[in-house]
Amino acid sequence: MRLALTAGRSKLAFLTVPFVSLPAHADAPLEYFLHSNGPAATPTMHLGWGLTAMCVAVVVIIAVLLAGALLRRRPAAAPRALGKEEGGLGWIYVGVGVSTLALLASLFYTLVTLQAVAQPSAPAGMTITVTAYDWWWKIDYGDAADPSHRFVTANEIHIPVGVPVKIGLRSADVIHAFWVPRLAGKTQAIPGQINTQWIQADAPGVYRGQCTQFCGAQHAHMAFDVVAQPQADFDAWRDAQVRQAKAPVDGQLRTGQKIFMDRCAGCHAIRGSDAAGVQAPDLTHVGSRKQLAAGTLPNTPEHLLDWVQHAQQIKPDSLMPSIALSAQDATALSAYLATLR
Amino acid sequence: MADLAPNQPDLRLARRPEIGRLPQGSAREQRLRELWESEPGWRGWLSTVDHKRIGIRYIVTAFIFLIAGGIEALVMRVQLARPNSHLLSPEQYNQLFTMHGITMIFLYALPVLSGFSNYLWPLVLGARDMAFPRLNALSFWVFLFAGLFLYASFPLGQAPDAGWFNYVPLSSLEYNTGPNVDVYALGMVLLGVSTTVGSVNFVVTLLRMRAPGMSIDRLPILVWGTLTASAANLVAIPSVSLAFLMLWLDRQVGTHFFDVANGGRPMLWQHMFWIFAHPWVYVVVLPAMGIVSDALPTFCRRPLVGYTPVAISTVATMMIGFVVWIHHMFATGIAPLALAFFGAASTLISIPSAVATFAWIATIWLGRPVYRVPFLFFAGFVLMFVIGGVSGVMTAAVPFDWQLTDTYFVVAHLHYVLLGINVFPVLGGIYYWFPKFTGRMTSERLGKLSFWVTLIGFNVGFFPMHISGLLGMPRRIYTYPADMGWDTTNMITTIGSFVFAVGILIFLIDVAVSLRRGKPAGDNPWDGASLEWSVPSPPPPYNFAVVPVVASRNPLWEDRIGEGARSQLEEGFVLDHGREALGTTSLDARPDIILKIPSDSYAPFLLGLFSALLFVAMLLHAWIFAGFTAAACGAAILLWLWPERLLIQREPQRVQDVGTGHE
Repeated sequence: MRLALTAGRSKLAFLTVPFVSLPAHADAPLEYFLHSNGPAATPTMHLGWGLTAMCVAVVVIIAVLLAGALLRRRPAAAPRALGKEEGGLGWIYVGVGVSTLALLASLFYTLVTLQAVAQPSAPAGMTITVTAYDWWWKIDYGDAADPSHRFVTANEIHIPVGVPVKIGLRSADVIHAFWVPRLAGKTQAIPGQINTQWIQADAPGVYRGQCTQFCGAQHAHMAFDVVAQPQADFDAWRDAQVRQAKAPVDGQLRTGQKIFMDRCAGCHAIRGSDAAGVQAPDLTHVGSRKQLAAGTLPNTPEHLLDWVQHAQQIKPDSLMPSIALSAQDATALSAYLATLR
Repeated sequence: MADLAPNQPDLRLARRPEIGRLPQGSAREQRLRELWESEPGWRGWLSTVDHKRIGIRYIVTAFIFLIAGGIEALVMRVQLARPNSHLLSPEQYNQLFTMHGITMIFLYALPVLSGFSNYLWPLVLGARDMAFPRLNALSFWVFLFAGLFLYASFPLGQAPDAGWFNYVPLSSLEYNTGPNVDVYALGMVLLGVSTTVGSVNFVVTLLRMRAPGMSIDRLPILVWGTLTASAANLVAIPSVSLAFLMLWLDRQVGTHFFDVANGGRPMLWQHMFWIFAHPWVYVVVLPAMGIVSDALPTFCRRPLVGYTPVAISTVATMMIGFVVWIHHMFATGIAPLALAFFGAASTLISIPSAVATFAWIATIWLGRPVYRVPFLFFAGFVLMFVIGGVSGVMTAAVPFDWQLTDTYFVVAHLHYVLLGINVFPVLGGIYYWFPKFTGRMTSERLGKLSFWVTLIGFNVGFFPMHISGLLGMPRRIYTYPADMGWDTTNMITTIGSFVFAVGILIFLIDVAVSLRRGKPAGDNPWDGASLEWSVPSPPPPYNFAVVPVVASRNPLWEDRIGEGARSQLEEGFVLDHGREALGTTSLDARPDIILKIPSDSYAPFLLGLFSALLFVAMLLHAWIFAGFTAAACGAAILLWLWPERLLIQREPQRVQDVGTGHE
């Protein structure tokens, strides 16, 4: 389901060897140490390499000194002989002096990097408001300059490649955090205030994100995708998202819609129908998304029906109940949901 | 005794104590022993104020909590060993990780160091007891009852579940309706009482009760560490106690400090919590670093290199530790310029740590290592300290922390610093002072085995967490999908954590076996330098038969390291007109006053018990019961403070008969 991810362009790619040869899956979508895909993340990745190199060097030097101290030969001495208190201050002067210089250098590099990633170098091309809910993400494109480009979706963000995008972060309930590591660092979504950060993708792809502030029972299943597309593809996606859902004409689809209105519309919205619930993800174009339930399941008709009927088993204590459906109703609902592309 | 002019009347002493010797076994020494001994049986158990017994209780109780927290961790590790595991429900996992943090950070890490300090301070300072023995007993009882209060929620399935950091609004009534968070809030306020009175006791003991001649540049580094931590506690604990009280009021009384819908601010919680919790992490490591600074030189056969820089670095670390708390909040949306200051301070705080690290390495290098079990733990500690410290430097870099924070990288960092800088010195310290506490030696074989298994298990368990974190694994997730690349590191971590648990088990077996069958230890089996090794093992209840006079940092090594100093340990003030100790001046430790020390009392136990019951009443909203328990607390305080003739600090001018004992 995921597109191939391109490694951050860097001459230090040989350092990836120890990671690549780890007996782990090659695909680690939240990994950010060796891969970055935008100017909000790449300087940080380089800083990470520099700090890691410095820290590994420090540990190695200390280990060597410690081993030397433990293992070095000393002339034999009487059993009750003791050394005097004098001596050894040179160790402290040199050790602390070198450490201080290294720390000051790393501090300087850190501040330079902070300057580089705190703000985009160009003004933001678009603004998206992300509201974090227990345990999903509302994505609001309501700040578009053109009113005909405004819409609401959930759990999947699309952005055009190469454009700095400002994210306004809100929370509807508790503190969450928005994190798409290949594109940027994380920022908390705190109720009562609006935090902002920016992201930018320099290559097309699907970048995974996840909530990274403990927010209760299903914090573990609160992921999202950021899909970066060339501008033309992004415009096409946006135009499709703005469209309202069509009213069904077919008998089974109307049955399915009625089930939806009875059982789901209290929480969910489908623009173009009477369903206008605001507590749960907007489902107008749920079929267009790659995943369901905030990154918990791949989006297939089977998984969607499984989710509807067994939500509490898949994501226990989430706010989606398990909806009991007869086989006939399940088929009808599934058919209706399949039209929501 | 050059400090005291022989024929000048010293009115502050009111009675000039005689100078003499009290040999072991003499009739007078026997009388002194009887004065200080607690009653046998349960009566003595409840009423003792002997700092040595209280210290042991702190250590044993802290270890019980360590085991509880460890079991919580092992259950979580089984859950996380593989993806999509269903061993635990989300709620169970959330309670486990919350209680694991609370237990380790509050019920183990500080109390175990309080235990060491309680036991050792009077002995290394040349004093008879702490400044406030009954307050000492109170601080233990309140700690015990607060721990029981917190754990009573577990069998009811209502343990705190919003993380040890307990952020609002998740911990507010709206999102957490059960009593879980109320247990945490009230338990913390209660525990804060214990820590606060304990800190007061340490500070005053340091200022008043050192042996003559123990100027502040002769203090053991353990004393510097605990003193610094205690002073910090007095400033930091009010913040967290207030925060938890405010949270409890929001939840149960209807205030709106943190309630967003009514003008409250979630960030206020974060600031109030971290302004306490960051200094707290230095509180739980500085005394342990002091243990290493004092005990390591014994096994290097030379005094510590750089005593003064190490002492100053202890204080400097704590002070800088008060201006770094926002590094726990780098991702909260605070302006980058402000973050830059805290990031800089967080980076530079490693400089005093570097002072200590190089002091330890130099001490080993220039000394002649003796590879006994305590030394192994201290040597291993140095490397764990550095690994934990450098991962901290990585997280101090603000933009990189925006990636690292709330991932397993931080979990790796915090365990390297907490296990490396607290647990390893504690294990080494127990092996080191076990002969003094019990009069028996531990088994070298079992001890070495426990060291290697613990060291290997710890590193196999926690080093891969750095990798998990760099692979993007968030914290506090009860499970994870199979295709995230985290499977292998999690499995290795789980295996390592079980190996580490085996190492701890071997340690406990060693302690249990040695208590029964350890070889008898003499006064000074390690040939140590400090005053505790000049008294028998275990020490008599009065610690020192006569008040020692200290002339250097290493009193028992003076004749062999040729400093020309001559401490006087065999002959000194004989203070046996009741329970007495010597008060000295704050900086230079010149004799100043005879202090009357309280004997055993049930008041601390009763006050601790009724305070805990008061908090139970508040938890249950049983206000009438709360009134009764508050009144009972008042009665216990009255009992405590009731004037006693034996405690009058000014004696009549008439010289007492020497040897009649009581007034």
